Order: sequence, then structure tokens, then C-alpha cells
Amino acid sequence: MREQVLSVGIDIGTTTTQLVFSQLTLENTASLVTVPRIEIIDKEVIYRSAIHFTPLRSQNEIDDHSIRSLIEREYQAAGITPQQVQTGAVIITGEAARKQNAEAVLRALSGLAGEFVVATAGPTLEGIIAGKGAGAGVESKKRGATVVNLDVGGGTTNIAVFKNGEVIDTACLDIGGRLIRFNNQGTIDYVADKVASLARALNLNIATGQRYDQTVVDAIVRRMVGILEEVLGLVPATSELAMLLTDHDLRRDYKIDYVSFSGGVADCLFSCGNSDPLQYGDIGKLLGEAITGSKLMQNIQTLTAIETIRATVVGAGSHTTNISGSTITVAPGVLPLQNIPVLKLSTEDEALPLDAWGDAIRKKVQWFNLDGEKQNLALAFKGPENLGFDEVRVLAEAIVQGMEEVLCKTCPLIVVIERDLAKVLGQTLRNRLGFAKDVICIDTIRVANGDYIDIGHELAAGNVVPVIVKTLVFNY
Amino acid sequence: MVESEINIKKIIAEVLAEMGHDVPASSAQGEVAAVDDSPLVDLTTEDLKKQLLVPEPANRDAYLNYKDATVSRIGIWRSGSRYKTSAFLRFRADHAIAQDAVFNDVSSDFLKEWGLFEVKTKCTDKDQFLTRPDLGRELDDENIALLKKNCNERAKVQIYVTDGLSSTAVEKNARDTFLAMEQGLKGHGIEVGAPFFLRYGRVPAMDAIADVLHPEVTVALIGERPGLATAESMSCYMAYNAHGGMPEANRTVLSNIHRGGTPAVEAGAHIADVIKMMLEQKASGLELKK
Repeated sequence: MREQVLSVGIDIGTTTTQLVFSQLTLENTASLVTVPRIEIIDKEVIYRSAIHFTPLRSQNEIDDHSIRSLIEREYQAAGITPQQVQTGAVIITGEAARKQNAEAVLRALSGLAGEFVVATAGPTLEGIIAGKGAGAGVESKKRGATVVNLDVGGGTTNIAVFKNGEVIDTACLDIGGRLIRFNNQGTIDYVADKVASLARALNLNIATGQRYDQTVVDAIVRRMVGILEEVLGLVPATSELAMLLTDHDLRRDYKIDYVSFSGGVADCLFSCGNSDPLQYGDIGKLLGEAITGSKLMQNIQTLTAIETIRATVVGAGSHTTNISGSTITVAPGVLPLQNIPVLKLSTEDEALPLDAWGDAIRKKVQWFNLDGEKQNLALAFKGPENLGFDEVRVLAEAIVQGMEEVLCKTCPLIVVIERDLAKVLGQTLRNRLGFAKDVICIDTIRVANGDYIDIGHELAAGNVVPVIVKTLVFNY
Repeated sequence: MVESEINIKKIIAEVLAEMGHDVPASSAQGEVAAVDDSPLVDLTTEDLKKQLLVPEPANRDAYLNYKDATVSRIGIWRSGSRYKTSAFLRFRADHAIAQDAVFNDVSSDFLKEWGLFEVKTKCTDKDQFLTRPDLGRELDDENIALLKKNCNERAKVQIYVTDGLSSTAVEKNARDTFLAMEQGLKGHGIEVGAPFFLRYGRVPAMDAIADVLHPEVTVALIGERPGLATAESMSCYMAYNAHGGMPEANRTVLSNIHRGGTPAVEAGAHIADVIKMMLEQKASGLELKK
């Protein structure tokens, strides 16, 4: 029994906007005599759009009309209608995510791209998606190694560190190929604020209207690469690293085995195009060449990314959808659910006796501002091992006590577990609630506090649901 | 002591004396006191998936990931061309657990605590059960009468527990699976007949039971033949309208119910949905469409 799911990925970046369609193949990989285990067994990119410049109305505003018609044309070219698309992600990345109307553009496009398509932004998720699209996640698992992927785009460098296939760290820096731009005459058109600050720290002056000065630009680009060396711990960190980080730093408490590069700048690593350093009217080529000669490639073994400029969009199309466990409880007619904040119990909470979980849950529910009838949250935990049936009932009772604030609303009760427990716990919760409440209880999904999740329509005859975990904060 | 043994001891004592050693008997007192009498660690409590005996692995994490994906004994190292003593002893210990699972009986305490009444196939003891599979499929008149007395005929679903080839599996899993199953079925509005225990039961005994009680769906929770990976694995066999001479292909089976496979409670919840499908489709086994 195979089932195909069509997924879309749309990446609106600082510089480029792209789209891919991927076909995900689901299959029950368990034998006939055990409980089903439905997994994604294949991911194939079936359509790649052209790489378009992201249309901007001004430096601070994305041209939503142009983007919309651009995406519509790509759908037509691919011969796919939005109704055919079952899952996927629209993501605004890099500097573009900080434009004034980013959220509005996302919402508009999310509707265009089918019912269950995630709209999101945020540097943590970006780095993870790009790293998966570049193949760093799979390589780290295959090699049993720690692989760091640097997605060097137009506006930002998104870093994700994978160990044995799992993300262990992320960071994002304002380092990119389009942060200084030139017009045809070699005059500076645009300098990002952070770059100007970086130049000042080097006692250099750079501003729009100036002519291209190789010494100045080279010094700035070399410094940018130096900061990338700092963030990976190849040289000691300086205060400029802190300045260029958009959010948090890498932890640097693990050994890096391999490095890979994606993003548009990755295509310029061994010099690309003609000999004109300003071929693209920006510093992308210079940045690529500087990376090639740096400790980033000399001191760490390099892996070639399977996707470079398309890493993020392929990641969004092929690697955002997870499949839940195959024994779950899903109330009919409730899905899809979108943008549900996650309340994850801590390890300490989970170490408590089951009948004390109720208080722990209630305390944390209060942290969420659940105003309004539709405001919901998903209760998540790893789940105890080897529960007996009586213990499952104690756990269900604790959840009912702790989630009182959610249960008195009309929205469904949502529980997300890591261990294989969702069917029996879901049935026990339904039973405990007198079958009067919609219960969504799914497992084999790992989430963290601060994540948001989307749960799509049932697939494979109702056995599984697609789940997209949107990691906005990195904390595991 | 036989004469030859006495002779050998004499010879050994002489040889040791010639080599300048004391004869053991005279030195034994002091050494015995040095023996550590504290309880030995139970070898089988060590989680094999987390035990890597390779002394200097190039990549410990990756090795442990491989181990985590299989119950096979990989990364157990060697001494010359042989297993290490600890790996060999563990192998023997796991084999002993498997043997116990087969040869031990399901305890009467277990049945009492659950409140199950007991019926028995035509086997008179464990040895006969193991050597005469045919008798493990049949009931005598006395046991047929016992069934008729304690169970309602024509129940929607008749569940029973039977030892099969692992009493351990039944004791560890059957109760939790049953309770989860019963809750799930009640949630679907499906009534369950009074459960019971069948001693010395093979899978096809369900046909004989169905011929007596005529339930719509017959369900047997039965211990699986144990292996070295686990001796606690239980199966659930189900059949719609079971009867003597029914084709084997009409049985639905869910195996691998144990803490390392499908957890007992989760299996029970899943089985409830499978039974519901059987009742809707009036079919089981290969005829059941999923």
C-alpha cells in the first residue's frame, strides 16, 4: 500500500524567490503481522522553478502582487493546482523576513498554496531547513558524524549543526553576498547597516555612492569570513561576532567533523562565471572565494552539498513534513490544525509520579495566554516507558486535571508524545471525558518548548497524520 | 570415594609436593575466607543495546546507533577466535530465560489476581503439550462443560488468554493488552464476553472454543515461541466466525507485543480497532480489507 503526497516549498529570500514541488511516498514498512508502521520512504523533487529575484517595492517592503503572480505562473508551468497540494511550507528567509509586510505576504501566499501549507519565518527554522535541503542532516547520520551546514545567502548566513541526523545547534549571522551592492558603473548602491558598522570597527568607511575600492571591500569580506571562523570556534570569538549574530550564538561545545556550504554564495566557492569580481553586482563572488581560502575549508573536511542555491526551497518542500506514529487517536473532522503552540513538559516534570503531573501541567498552562475560545495549545511530553493500563488511566486523569483551562473551551484536546502511546492514551482520554470532547493524541513526534505545530488531514486510511514542527526557538 | 579418584589425588599431592607447593587441603582455610560472597549482578539486567564491548571504537556514537537499531548481538568483541566470557555467559543466560518461558506454567496467583477461570486442552502436562501439538488444539467434555457454564454463548467478542510457548509473555502483557482492548471496544459500543485462561493451548484451540461458544469474533492472547532477543513476546490471534476446519488464512494476527516491540497497552488499543473492522466487514485474515 503506497500513497503519494504532493508537497510544495516556496522560499522568499533576501535575493531570490523559488519554488519546488516534491512528491513524498508513504508506505507501511511493517510486516503483515505487526502493527502498521507508515513512513516516508521516498522524497523526490518533481519540479524546480526558475530562480527569480525577489520583487521588492522598496528596501523595506516586499511586492506582494508581483510575488503572487510569480508563484501563480510557476504553478501553471508545473501543471499543478493549489488544490492538489497536500502539504509543504512557505518560508520567508534572510533579511526578507524582517521586511515590514513579511507576515502579510506569508498569509496571502499560504492560502494560494493549498489548505495545509505552513507559512513561517525565523532564522532557527531557516537554518535547519537549509541544512536538511543541503543534505547535511542525512550525511551526519550516514557518517555517524557532526556536520555543520552554512547556508550563505544574500542577506544572512544560517548555520545548523547536525549530529547523527539530529539538529544539535543553530545560529544566524548578518553575513551574505548582497549586503553590499553595486550598479553597472561600479558605484555602491546599497550597504547594509551592519556592514557599515563592521567597516567602522575596521576603521574603514563605506557608503552608498562611493566607487568600488578593492582594498576596502576585500578587507570587509575577509573580516566577514573571519567572523564565520569565529562562530565555528576556529579562531577566538570577538565582539564583532556578537554584533553580526541575529539571535543566539553557537554553543561550540562539540567537535565538528565536516562542514558543507549551501546558499547562492556556495556556488562561488571555487570562483564562478567570468573573471569580473562584480559580475553579479554584489560581493557574493568575493565572499565565496574568501571562504575557499579560509580556515573554514582548510581546517575542516568539506562535504559537497547536494543542493546549493536551492537548499532552502528543497528543504521547505521535502523536509518539513513529518509523519506521526501509526497507532494514534484522531477525532474526525477536526483537522487540519495550524499554528498550535507547544507546551512541553520538562525532564523534571516527567520524573514526577504520574498523579503529580496534573499540577505540573496546570502551572505551565498558565504561562500561555489562552484568551479567546479558539486559543489552544498542544501538551507534549516524551512519555514514560512500559506503562501498564492502570498507569495510563492515572496519566489520563492527570492530563484532564492539568488541562482544565483548555478543556472548558470548544477547541480539541491535543496531546503529542514521543513514545508509542497515543492510541491507548487517546482512547483513555476520550473515555474519561465521556466521549464528549474531540481528542487528538499523536505520537512518534519530537517537539520542544517554543515550537509551533501544524497537524494535517489524516493519510493512509486514517492511520497517520502529517505534522510540521516549526522550530522558532532552539532549546534542546 | 572410588579408588581411582583417591589414587589421582595422591598423585597430584605428590607432584605438588615435588614442585614445592603445599597440598591444597592444608592451605584451603585462609583462601576460602577471601571469597566474595556478595550477590552477583544479574547478567540479564544489562541493556544489550547500550553495551558496547569493542575496546576502542573509532566512532562510539555511530556504533551505539547501529546497536540501537537491532536486537542482534553486534559489537560484542572477541578473545582470539571466541566470544568474550561475558558475552558467552549472557548468551547462555538469555537461552535459560527462553527455556524458562516455555517450561514454566502460568502461575495460579496471576489467574487469581485477574479473576480468570481456567480450562485446559487435552494435554495432561507440559511435556505432553510440547510433544503432542494435536492434543493442544482440543478440549475434552469436562472442559467444554466448564466453558458452557461460565461463558455466554454467541458473544460479539470472546477473548481468552492461553500460555502457548511462553508463560512469561502472558504474565507480562496479557492483562494490560486485555484492559486496553476492552476499553477500546466499549468505546465502540462492542460488548466483550467473560475472559478465561486456557492451559496448554495451541493457536487452533480457538476453533474448538468457537465451536462451543460461537462468538462472532474469537480472540486469543498467546505466548510466542521465545527467542534470544526476548522471551516476553505475545501474539494476538483473531478470527471472525471461527470454527473447526477453518482455513488458516482467515486468522488475523498481531505479533511482537512486548516492551521492546509494540507496548501491551498500545497493542490492545489497536486491536480494538481491528476487531471493529472485522465486525463491520464480517471477515478476518486475508479477507479483511484494511
